[in-house]
Amino acid sequence: MKSSVSVQEADFDLSAEVRALTAGELSAGAVASFVGLVRDNNDGAGVADMTLEHYPGMTEKALNEIVAKAADRWELLGVRVIHRVGYLKPGEQIVLVAVSSPHRGNAFAACEFIMDYLKTQAPFWKKESTSEGGRWVDARDSDESALDKWKDQIGL
Amino acid sequence: MITVLFFAGLREAVGTSSESLALPSEVNTVAALRDHLAGRGDKWSALASAKNLRAAVNQDMVPLTTAIKDGDEIAFFPPVTGG
Repeated sequence: MKSSVSVQEADFDLSAEVRALTAGELSAGAVASFVGLVRDNNDGAGVADMTLEHYPGMTEKALNEIVAKAADRWELLGVRVIHRVGYLKPGEQIVLVAVSSPHRGNAFAACEFIMDYLKTQAPFWKKESTSEGGRWVDARDSDESALDKWKDQIGL
Repeated sequence: MITVLFFAGLREAVGTSSESLALPSEVNTVAALRDHLAGRGDKWSALASAKNLRAAVNQDMVPLTTAIKDGDEIAFFPPVTGG
């Protein structure tokens, strides 16, 4: 399986990433992808922009470990993860997970699993600018419960 | 020597992103290091009052009960909010 993880300020092109993921891999029958966007509101306040901080070194390590966990559990041919950092405005793309596999079931499941793990295990932090000033985003309990779902299903 | 890193709101609260210090002999877990640093008082008490404090040792997220040793890189941070 080929995999690639990037932490970058630059935007990304979903079509180009999917083409690169499947290039020369003619046994791939499915690609599932997820793109996360910056919302213009959160917890009842308007969001003008946000800044993403991360832990260089650990971030890449954590993302690679999450991809490896997925590859252990589903038949995958390729995985591409891109997470942006730095200054972002509403409507901008923030994260990409794309997974290729012989069949769709594995691709759907692995894509969701990687996103759920990333939300609680990869060291990124968002700081939003709202009308009341800057604030660090609080972690959501629903993200922890999304992870628990996988623990129940596949015994992690 | 150990390297201690702080991220996000905790970095702002303690007023620094990293420091190197000699590991005191009685400090042998992540939690003991947190208490040692919080014991400096003032802005450092943010380490003691942080809810859901998370930590990493040598870039692996770990429970606060994890042992630490000379040469380690220890990071303290709030729950992550990427994606």
